[in-house]
Amino acid sequence: MSKTYYDPADLRKFGKITEWNEELGTKFFDYYGKVFEEGALTAREKSLIALAVAHTEQCPYCIDAYTKDGLQRGVTKEEMMEAIHVGAAIKSGATLVHGVQMMNKVNKLDG
Amino acid sequence: MATKSLKKRESDLANSNRQLEILSNGIFQNGELPTFKDKIAETNQFPLKAKKLEILQINVGYMCNQVCDHCHVDAGPDRKEIMTRKTMQMCLEVIKNTGAHTLDLTGGAPEMNPNFRWFVEEAAKAGIKDFIVRSNLTIIRANKKYYDLPEFFKKHNVHVVSSMPHWTRGKTDKQRGDGVFDKSIKALQELNTVGYGMPESDLRLDLVYNPSGAFLPGDQASMEKDFKKALMEDFEIQFHNLFAITNLPISRFLDYLIASENYEDYMYQLVEAYNPSAVAHVMCTNTLSVSWDGYLYDCDFNQMLELPVNSKVKHISEYNETLLEGRNIVISQHCYGCTAGAGSSCQGTVA
Repeated sequence: MSKTYYDPADLRKFGKITEWNEELGTKFFDYYGKVFEEGALTAREKSLIALAVAHTEQCPYCIDAYTKDGLQRGVTKEEMMEAIHVGAAIKSGATLVHGVQMMNKVNKLDG
Repeated sequence: MATKSLKKRESDLANSNRQLEILSNGIFQNGELPTFKDKIAETNQFPLKAKKLEILQINVGYMCNQVCDHCHVDAGPDRKEIMTRKTMQMCLEVIKNTGAHTLDLTGGAPEMNPNFRWFVEEAAKAGIKDFIVRSNLTIIRANKKYYDLPEFFKKHNVHVVSSMPHWTRGKTDKQRGDGVFDKSIKALQELNTVGYGMPESDLRLDLVYNPSGAFLPGDQASMEKDFKKALMEDFEIQFHNLFAITNLPISRFLDYLIASENYEDYMYQLVEAYNPSAVAHVMCTNTLSVSWDGYLYDCDFNQMLELPVNSKVKHISEYNETLLEGRNIVISQHCYGCTAGAGSSCQGTVA
């Protein structure tokens, strides 16, 4: 079997991080669980945000987890793809908006 | 999607022993995952025992007008197992004397049994509190002879429980076949027209949601909210409750899990979502399932796996409710499907 940095089966072991630091691990999972509860935003909306961020963070574990989570909540593939485009738009916008800095610099140095 | 049952295709998985073998081997044999028996023993819940009977579920045959991807019955137009009038008569004797408060007719498409209407008329006379027929909806639009079913159900005060995998056409047709969504919508509108599913109506119309793939159902209450909103906005359809049901890894769903290389992940999901408090309320503890040929099972899933009740009483002809009470429930790894998350039963979540 070829060795890779990412193993899908590792996602199931995520909870084990608590074994090496129970206090911080437990605090993290309590916080994590609380964040995704129904609140001013529905759990469904939060799931879609998580899916978009999973992509901008390029976390394969999170992508697997929140694709499945979305399916469980009845989220359609069209909704998932739109959410990802929101993430992609912010990513590309964040790159492009730095173009203004480049323009400022050009104008200052060579204007 | 397939147009024939596993049985007709002579698939290996049409054999219940082969299914049970798969469910006992691999990750459960090598100890990677605990068997269901070991898992419930951890909380002193083994053996699972039948309590007082509440729900009598009768499967009147495996014939169906649809061939859904996930079907645990392996139902389809090519299935010939149909309950005879003689077996129905034996069931009626039981229905008249049972202590159960719910009678639940299922299939296949129960309406395709040639004696279905006679059976419903006779069974309704017994005056059981809740008389359910599990209708796949499309049958109501499948042929002119079924068009009056909503009126027929109404006449006999039948509680209609219907499958609806999603509020969108794409996801519904993917699981249940092309055109199923449009026919189901039309059937639901017709049920609404005669009064079924309306907020103040006693004519109960509930929907069953089960996932279209290798994932577990989401929160039942949230799904119900989403279904109600979408079906009302898009089609002005109303219904009472949504039952979220987990797909059990047997029959065609097991075939799908293996073919799509999702079997192990799915079993992990079920075991990880195991909820000991759901065990106390699993449906086999208050339900008895009768097959088309009159044999008795702890649930419809055990019926399909050909795992009969662990009792001296095996057949409807020798039915004895007192003797059946307290029997040990027959279990295997498929039972994890009923204890995952909020639990799952033919009446939805249990925990």
